[in-house]
Amino acid sequence: MGSLFRSEEVCLAQLFLQSASAYSCISELGERGLLEFRDLNPKVSPFQRRFVGEVRRCEEMEKTFTFLQQELRAAGRVLGPCPESPRAPAAREALRVQEQSEQLAQELREVSRNRASLRGRLQDLRQYLHVLREGQRFTSLPAPLGSPPRPRALSEREPILDPSLHQHLERKISFVAGVIHPWRVTAFERLLWRACRGYLVASFVEMPEPMEDPATGESITWVIFLISYWGEQIGQKIRKISACFHCQVYAYPESEASRTEAITRLHSQIQELSVTLEETEKYLAEVLDKVAQVLPTWRVQVQKMKAIYLVLNQCSFDVTKKCLIAEVWCPVRDLTQVQDALRQGSVSGSVHQGLFRVPMSLCLGFLVSYVFMSRVCWCPHVLVPGVVLCLHVVFVGLLSVPMSSCQRFLGVPVSPHHGGPCARLERIVGLVPRTGSGCWGLVPGRGLLRGGCRGQAPRARQESARRARIRFWVLFLQYQSGSSVECFVQRVPTSESPPTLIRTNKFTAGFQSIVDAYGVASYQEVNPAPYAIITFPFIFAIMFGDVGHGLLMFLFALWMVLYEDSPRLRQGTNEIWLTFFEGRYLILLMGAFSIYTGFIYNECFSKATVIFPSAWSVATMANHSSWSSAYLATHPSLTLDPNVTGVFRGPYPFGIDPIWSLATNHLNFLNSFKMKMSVVLGIVHMGFGVVLGVFNHVHFQQRHRLVLEFLPEMIFLLALFGYLVFLIFYKWIKFSAADSRVAPSILIHFIDMFLFTSNAENLPLYPGQVPVQMVLVVLALASVPVLLLGTPLYQWCRQGASRMPVTTGEQEPLLEGQEAGNSVNATTEDVESGGHSPAAKHLDFAEIFMHQAIHTIEYCLGCVSNTASYLRLWALSLAHAQLSEVLWTMVMRNGFVGLSYVGGVVLVPVFTAFAVLTVAILLVMEGLSAFLHALRLHWVEFQNKFYVGAGYKLCPFAFAPDTWE
Amino acid sequence: MAYGGLAVPIIVMSVFWGVVGVTTPHLITFLLPLFRVINTMLVTCAVCCYLFWLIAILAQLNPLFGPQLSNETIWYLRYHWP
Repeated sequence: MGSLFRSEEVCLAQLFLQSASAYSCISELGERGLLEFRDLNPKVSPFQRRFVGEVRRCEEMEKTFTFLQQELRAAGRVLGPCPESPRAPAAREALRVQEQSEQLAQELREVSRNRASLRGRLQDLRQYLHVLREGQRFTSLPAPLGSPPRPRALSEREPILDPSLHQHLERKISFVAGVIHPWRVTAFERLLWRACRGYLVASFVEMPEPMEDPATGESITWVIFLISYWGEQIGQKIRKISACFHCQVYAYPESEASRTEAITRLHSQIQELSVTLEETEKYLAEVLDKVAQVLPTWRVQVQKMKAIYLVLNQCSFDVTKKCLIAEVWCPVRDLTQVQDALRQGSVSGSVHQGLFRVPMSLCLGFLVSYVFMSRVCWCPHVLVPGVVLCLHVVFVGLLSVPMSSCQRFLGVPVSPHHGGPCARLERIVGLVPRTGSGCWGLVPGRGLLRGGCRGQAPRARQESARRARIRFWVLFLQYQSGSSVECFVQRVPTSESPPTLIRTNKFTAGFQSIVDAYGVASYQEVNPAPYAIITFPFIFAIMFGDVGHGLLMFLFALWMVLYEDSPRLRQGTNEIWLTFFEGRYLILLMGAFSIYTGFIYNECFSKATVIFPSAWSVATMANHSSWSSAYLATHPSLTLDPNVTGVFRGPYPFGIDPIWSLATNHLNFLNSFKMKMSVVLGIVHMGFGVVLGVFNHVHFQQRHRLVLEFLPEMIFLLALFGYLVFLIFYKWIKFSAADSRVAPSILIHFIDMFLFTSNAENLPLYPGQVPVQMVLVVLALASVPVLLLGTPLYQWCRQGASRMPVTTGEQEPLLEGQEAGNSVNATTEDVESGGHSPAAKHLDFAEIFMHQAIHTIEYCLGCVSNTASYLRLWALSLAHAQLSEVLWTMVMRNGFVGLSYVGGVVLVPVFTAFAVLTVAILLVMEGLSAFLHALRLHWVEFQNKFYVGAGYKLCPFAFAPDTWE
Repeated sequence: MAYGGLAVPIIVMSVFWGVVGVTTPHLITFLLPLFRVINTMLVTCAVCCYLFWLIAILAQLNPLFGPQLSNETIWYLRYHWP
């Protein structure tokens, strides 16, 4: 029964996995997410484990995938999520994935390298073209005389060198042309000038179109330079300098004709290259398409595969090396499901399982029966068909029985070392009644396989029959499980505390997480969460009591609950929003309870509602005291007297009387009420916590703690603080307005009770109060030593008694059940250290005593301080009420300036301010503060009384869908 | 409205929260799969709400002092709240 009350029963179990089907079994278990695996080789480093090669292979594949993803991202494609959850790949499929992914990566790498080199080349060519074009402007001959003059706008680009001079010096002038990064231009120019002492003419022109920088990939408007110089030495200098500045220097043909020719050649080359580049990019896009299609599935598959191998690495190997042993924490409820998963995992190893089941069973049955009849039994051939048919039916029946049900029928599963498949099968066959002439009857105690036939058959015949039978068993087994033996699960007794598993749904998860934030419940301990579902929102609402605010909160949560399935709400990236969304049911209940407590406090946005007419009659009072208009005018405030008949007509039936919200002394009344309310609720809450401890004591078979802990605790709490609650109720009922002047103070009585004194001014509440109080205090004080010494003394006595018989007898039977080969984690050392030596016992007693002393002190002092701590209910509800009242009087009331249209216009901004402040301060800020205080009251004041919270969660091995991004 | 003292409200509220906290859990015990949690919720809710209401009404059962009102309020209330 999955219940929230205490964590589920979890057992330690061993999985026996055949090495052939271990992978598929773990995969199946991972899909279901049932078990927590324990590391059986904690001392083995990760590099020495068995499946380290496989894990590394997965990692390599992941690396390949990362490369592919980077390429995709570089191409501006977003990888979609995996559409459905693919299963972990089988070995062959994994190989295929690896091969294909590497192939794709290789292809991608080559294509992109090609593309990069093509691009570089193209850019180079383009730059060269630009250099030549720009250079022509400087060096070309002037236009023929007849041609129209160039427009002025282009004057800057006109040849700088005087053409006549150019002609004059034609032989000596040479050129260096190239491209330089725009940032380096000035430095380059300066250095040139200085180094060559001005024997050059350098011109710099920006390239008309920006181009990509091959190193960084950013787009840059390069600068073309053309340097004309005289003399070879200077030329060398210039070349060196330009090399230093990482300039691209291009060959600059001397003659005009060759330049033109170069330009045309470049044009054609560029065209060719761009066509090639286009083709390359098309191909690249195709490859990327292919990658984008398969990559999500592959990634999930390989992640699963890696997880499986990591789990397999935690397993230990059987002595025979045929079988892997895993140790798991398994919820007892899920054991059958685990068995089921294991069977499916074993089956999925065999390829043709489903397809060939029926024909195979028919053929096998026929074959085997024939072999038996003809070879072993020497039946006359006339009889063969009939008996074959009978035997056939029997075998087909056998084959259709699943292995596990046979096993169940036979009793406990047989461990593979001793029984093994053959032994089991022999037993199964042993069930077949001995029929026929007895020649194939089984020898008791020996199997069919080993015993064989007992007839007087010649050796050869016997041998061939044996072989046939073995062949059959092998076929049978392969057919049944796909491997030689089925995997199975076996419970293992343990003295360790199992992990805590509390199954939650979307409603209870929020509340459980509140409890878990304090501490995960110890194994099978009472879980406070089912009570917190109500008490938490209720305690919150006591501090947040306002109908209007509660309604807003309720509606907000209701909206979240109604649209909880919409992906837009679910996949918010804002962490604060997600926190609210996770706690939507909590907020819903908090809002609902706030509405209820708001009605009790009679507050709606700090205003009272008049559901029933007020119990106080102002008219009666006015008539009685003859408050005339003149009298009222002279007296700014007057008090209603409840002693006057008819003024107070009985208690207001639901909540606080609305007249108090109009009264100037309403705080006097509300403070008294809220203080007493918080004390009463606090003590009830704490008492409930102590009572919950009973379930723990009973469940853990510690009945002595009922008498030695629960009882003194309860007496202490009730004798002191239960009595306080009684006094509060007693005073409410007993003392009325008539004796208001002599009404005693509870607080002073309570203090006097501890001091064993009495105050003459403070009248007793009831006759015989002093002796009653003395008895109660003595009772409470007497329970303290019981609480302090009871449990330690009891355990001491028990230990003393149990020391007489064999001391280590208790520990051993637990571990004896395990065979030495089976117990993979409990070595002999563990067993030895499990037993206690007398010295250890003594130490234990001191420890128990210390623990109990701390517990006693904490409890007794805690009762006092926790009761005081519950007064925060009063303080916070008061603060909330006062804040909302201030907001109303300071903001909203300013909107009611008049009844004219102007008033209506003014109301709009005033109401806006009021609404914003209400949400920001009263709902969010006050809500958070009330939430924190409710949290504290639950964690400290309530859970301290019974909750240990020293457990650890069961983390099942599961391929959770949300881990796949 | 004539106030009949404590009896009527106590009976009404006890019956109401009694139905919520005692009768309903028995009714739904076999209807819902999560009945344990729901039952716990109903019982706890009934106890909390009933206790809270009880404290509020008992605190007003015998007022030791009356509300102090400003004269404007008295003026208004003596005619509008009978």
